[in-house]
Amino acid sequence: MTTLFFIEHANGQVSDQSLKAISATSQIDGDVHGLIVGSNIDSAVAEASKIEGLNKLMHVDDDSFNNILAENLTQLILNISGDYEYFLAAATTTGKNVMPRLAAKLDVSQISEIIAIEGPDTFIRTIYAGNAIATVQTSDPKKVLTVRPTAFKAAAIGSSECEISKIDAENMPSISEFIGEELTKSDRPELTSAKTIISGGRGMQNGENFELLDKVAEKLGAAVGASRAAVDAGFVPNDYQVGQTGKVVAPELYIAVGISGAIQHLAGMKDSKVIVAINKDEEAPIFDVADYGLVADLFQVLPELEQAL
Amino acid sequence: MKILVPVKRVIDPYVNIRVKSDQSGVETENVKMSMNPFCEIAVEEAIRLKEAGKAEEIIAVSIGNQSCQETIRTALAMGADRGIHVLTEEKIEPISIAKILSKICEQESPGLVISGKQAIDGDNNQTGQMLAALTDMPQGTFASKIEIESDKVKVTREIDGGLQTVSLNMPAIITTDLRLNEPRYASLPNIMKAKKKPIDQKSPEDYGIDVTPRVNVLKVIEPPKREAGIKVENISELVEKLKNEAGVI
Repeated sequence: MTTLFFIEHANGQVSDQSLKAISATSQIDGDVHGLIVGSNIDSAVAEASKIEGLNKLMHVDDDSFNNILAENLTQLILNISGDYEYFLAAATTTGKNVMPRLAAKLDVSQISEIIAIEGPDTFIRTIYAGNAIATVQTSDPKKVLTVRPTAFKAAAIGSSECEISKIDAENMPSISEFIGEELTKSDRPELTSAKTIISGGRGMQNGENFELLDKVAEKLGAAVGASRAAVDAGFVPNDYQVGQTGKVVAPELYIAVGISGAIQHLAGMKDSKVIVAINKDEEAPIFDVADYGLVADLFQVLPELEQAL
Repeated sequence: MKILVPVKRVIDPYVNIRVKSDQSGVETENVKMSMNPFCEIAVEEAIRLKEAGKAEEIIAVSIGNQSCQETIRTALAMGADRGIHVLTEEKIEPISIAKILSKICEQESPGLVISGKQAIDGDNNQTGQMLAALTDMPQGTFASKIEIESDKVKVTREIDGGLQTVSLNMPAIITTDLRLNEPRYASLPNIMKAKKKPIDQKSPEDYGIDVTPRVNVLKVIEPPKREAGIKVENISELVEKLKNEAGVI
């Protein structure tokens, strides 16, 4: 049996999420083939070809894949799907967009955001916003899976390249078109790969006050996140959202500021190594998961924290 | 244009769920149930498109046991025009749901299908994408903005690094993200009116779909609990602990 893994990249490098998710394939017997798409992506291809455990890399060099459309990427994978038994991708917005479409085309179920592999057909995943953990077994001949990156350690980049082959983008459906992209500009690390994250909740009161978090983040080299409550209230964009309906993160240090600790938020960050909670309500459930809790007014202590670092 | 809106009945998002002691699943008996929040956003968006004169009819579909009728009634009370209830007692998977919905699409020919991006019980995030695959329609997942421009629909999508905009040929499938809109509450007169709106009852067999599960749930357990740590008095103590005890800064 052989596994096909879809590799994402940005700025000439393989994405951290893909490196983490691909290590799940080490628990599946057989060869692992990678697929990477884009145009003028030689450095990402070179890096991807050295991922340990990867036996072969297929590369599509085509302008139409500079921005990924689910319809086209699904067709591309279908074109080469023949002998593969496993299809995996990281549970990013791209993976979540494409893999269910692929599964339906293959007439199989898809298993979302697995956190462990128990056997060739048995996987573990969270349900109910992380409040329950299910072990599931599929009877489908082909397995289409997305992998929660934070549940796996990043695969190493070795020194020798695997076999690289170019494939063409044929039979593209052209029923959708990329119009534009507005990426949040930030000098900060990406939420899902940051070693330190400081997040704000409803207690921040408004979007302007997130500047207080920015200043601390600057000192720590941290990414800034938010709870769903802060996103719902319009303080910050949705790509800040940490939680079951947003991003799932597991940094070395997670600082929750003015976040009460709703279950849906905890599901997105409780695997962090060290959790700090700052909240003026000492009954807030966030303190039940925090290694260090500080009951205080965030508007008073955030400037103090910035000074102390 | 018709808009089809699939809606799912789930445990109310504000209920603390309980894992059954025999590890067979999550307790749903005598628990408050509601419409999945992402489905509410989908219903709301369909109603806004109708109010803006872009759609004529909204059809709410739910697949599941008899009580799913209540969820359809909620959608009708919000403003959907009629319902289709596909009655089944099976634990039905996204692929089977998508197959039934694709048959309904064949019969109803909607210009848009708007669904929630995921249900908050199974957290699968699959049905919309699968339906798009089965009907060969384009998909705009995780939508935060929808604009209809003649025979195309422009969808702004919430992606990991920010926002992406795509243009889709219609008919198309859209799945909703949080910021698309704030769903309305049904008014009392509308709740009364909804009781008179028609709900068509069907079965998976009517559509010729075999809904036998392919994925078997072996067990469901509670996640390991994280222990609460200590309280610190002030920022200097916090920074000292993070530096010297935890070694993370």
